[in-house]
Amino acid sequence: MATSFSATLPLHGSQENRLLLPPIRLAPLPSSFLGSTRSLTIPSSRRLYHAHAARRSPVVGVQEVVKEKKVTNSLLITKEEGLVLYEDMILGRSFEDMCAQMYYRGKMFGFVHLYNGQEAVSTGFIKLLTQSDSVVSTYRDHVHALSKGVSARAVMSELFGKVTGCCRGQGGSMHMFSKEHNMLGGFAFIGEGIPVATGAAFTSKYKREVLKQDCEDVTVAFFGDGTCNNGQFYECLNMAALYKLPIIFVVENNLWAIGMSHLRSTSDPEIWKKGPAFGMPGVHVDGMDVLKVREVAKEAVMRARRGEGPTLVECETYRFRGHSLADPDELRDAAEKAKYAARDPITALKKYLVENKLASEGELKTIEKKIDELVEEAVEFADASPQPGRSQLLENVFADPKGFGIGPDGRYRCEDPKFTEGTAQV
Amino acid sequence: MDRDPHVCVMGEDVGHYGGSYKVTKGLADKFGDLRVLDTPICENAFTGMGIGAAMTGLRPVIEGMNMGFLLLAFNQISNNCGMLHYTSGGQFTIPVVIRGPGGVGRQLGAEHSQRLESYFQSIPGIQMVACSTPYNAKGLMKAAIRSENPVILFEHVLLYNLKEKIPDEEYICNLEEAEMVRPGEHITILTYSRMRHHVMQAAKTLVNKGYDPEVIDIRSLKPFDLYTIGNSVKKTHRVLIVEECMRTGGIGASLTAAINENFHDYLDAPVMCLSSQDVPTPYAGTLEEWTVVQPAQIVTAVEQLCQ
Repeated sequence: MATSFSATLPLHGSQENRLLLPPIRLAPLPSSFLGSTRSLTIPSSRRLYHAHAARRSPVVGVQEVVKEKKVTNSLLITKEEGLVLYEDMILGRSFEDMCAQMYYRGKMFGFVHLYNGQEAVSTGFIKLLTQSDSVVSTYRDHVHALSKGVSARAVMSELFGKVTGCCRGQGGSMHMFSKEHNMLGGFAFIGEGIPVATGAAFTSKYKREVLKQDCEDVTVAFFGDGTCNNGQFYECLNMAALYKLPIIFVVENNLWAIGMSHLRSTSDPEIWKKGPAFGMPGVHVDGMDVLKVREVAKEAVMRARRGEGPTLVECETYRFRGHSLADPDELRDAAEKAKYAARDPITALKKYLVENKLASEGELKTIEKKIDELVEEAVEFADASPQPGRSQLLENVFADPKGFGIGPDGRYRCEDPKFTEGTAQV
Repeated sequence: MDRDPHVCVMGEDVGHYGGSYKVTKGLADKFGDLRVLDTPICENAFTGMGIGAAMTGLRPVIEGMNMGFLLLAFNQISNNCGMLHYTSGGQFTIPVVIRGPGGVGRQLGAEHSQRLESYFQSIPGIQMVACSTPYNAKGLMKAAIRSENPVILFEHVLLYNLKEKIPDEEYICNLEEAEMVRPGEHITILTYSRMRHHVMQAAKTLVNKGYDPEVIDIRSLKPFDLYTIGNSVKKTHRVLIVEECMRTGGIGASLTAAINENFHDYLDAPVMCLSSQDVPTPYAGTLEEWTVVQPAQIVTAVEQLCQ
């Protein structure tokens, strides 16, 4: 039930047409989003295209890119790149599968949200980033952390609640942070990470314009379809476009927010359209295809690095498992699940690599085996690691522990010997 | 901002307008529109943006145009400002200062007269200070900016016009220490922000009546300076708390508990706490006057406690 006026409304008072960047369809339009209760008919691509025929966006349609490349007989990726992408996605998948096992064996607790099926988005974007670029995620953050470079050991230990975890066991599944890799979290409330990402992008701009440093760092914020009805999302779209911040907003639209279908909660379900309303390109891409995601990501990242501002990318994707390991996942149609299972991004990439003679089955099997061992080793490491001692309880509450104040005896609480034991009165 | 180029300001109307109470007047001209950032009206998002900037190396001073507006930023202040250092295992620091005018003004109505210190005090990982004079406003602001912890600095709408001679040379007020305003022997009066001035007014009357009150401006609302407070209690054995916070769950409530817990043996009388009424601040002048503690009430309370 897409509203018909949404594609054609001009921004009143806008001086520059280039702000009104049209959303470009990149995938062959699906005929409908499959929801459990109703189907959605999307306006045909022809109608949309006519509406914006006069205007061009710097974000180029992948189909056009692919067509161009096919004409010159070259592929979208090299062998090396292909293997990196494959390995990253296999790592994401194996790691999450192991999490499920470990959870049911009582090694992992609380709310654990797995990423199975969405690997193309994480790999497609994050493998293009440098170490100094930042990533901000949500509670479904294990794979974003892994793609960004946080070791499987550190993530697994964190999930087990051990001191060797990336957050010393203090954060847990929903708070994966790494200063070294510029993984800025891991957030439990949806939407609360987006302003943090906006702030990281603000710092990049500040470094360039105030501190006069060479800074091309971009920030990628990942969040879901449910978040796109939340105020913080809109507030940040506005500020990012207003200040031309080097940020990419990536919507992982997997159609479901726990048991709430995207269609039941959103007046206009086409999220990419919300970009141009704020003055940035809005792009829709097939999030089950890592190569398509990567092509869009390249353009969006380059745009940000050039100082041209933010991009909103909506990735159509799907989570093969429930919302979390506690979700019985009863509301989703078997047919819907089957349809997306057939579009498994890992199978798709494997097919591409083999058919285009970029890699042999054997080479890919070697990678799979290597990752299996890596993940097993991560579990062993996490198992063998110690749990946090009492002494850790009061550390890290404040960067400067003087914040606990002055006790009746005139000494700072943190100077009390019991403070390091974790038993001081604070 | 002169001393450290990483210090920046963000908030509504802080730049071109100079701040709703002119606290940032002239700064945008001097430091530019990016260092003194005029934000759109989106407290949750721009507070979060300040937090993200702090995590990545800047030292933002985030202004709530009225402290009450920061209710909209509660998500960011609680989860990311207070707790993120801990949940990240100590990896990221959040050296922000969140500041702004609050408190009961002159007939500003209920929503512009809120005291958020009571709502924020339980958030682990933040420090809260309240300034009350030009001297401690400057000193606390500097200390807050230099602190690696997130600090919420409560200013008061009615105190911006105070004039005071302050030192030319640089000075800082310790964030965790209380301020001895008037040493005395008979009773300890603990207060902060605007009520300090009501207390000092009452003190004049009390001195004329022969009392010798010790007045301490606690300044640090979280954590409490239990050393200065404790020494005073041990000397006078009587405590009166005078605050503008609401009765229920306010700073006074926490302070009463802390004093009872730590210094019970030294008290000759129960701790008395004068707070604002638990009502939305009315618009009408008479009603508003009865909502907050007035000097006459303070005098009566002291006389009662010192019987």
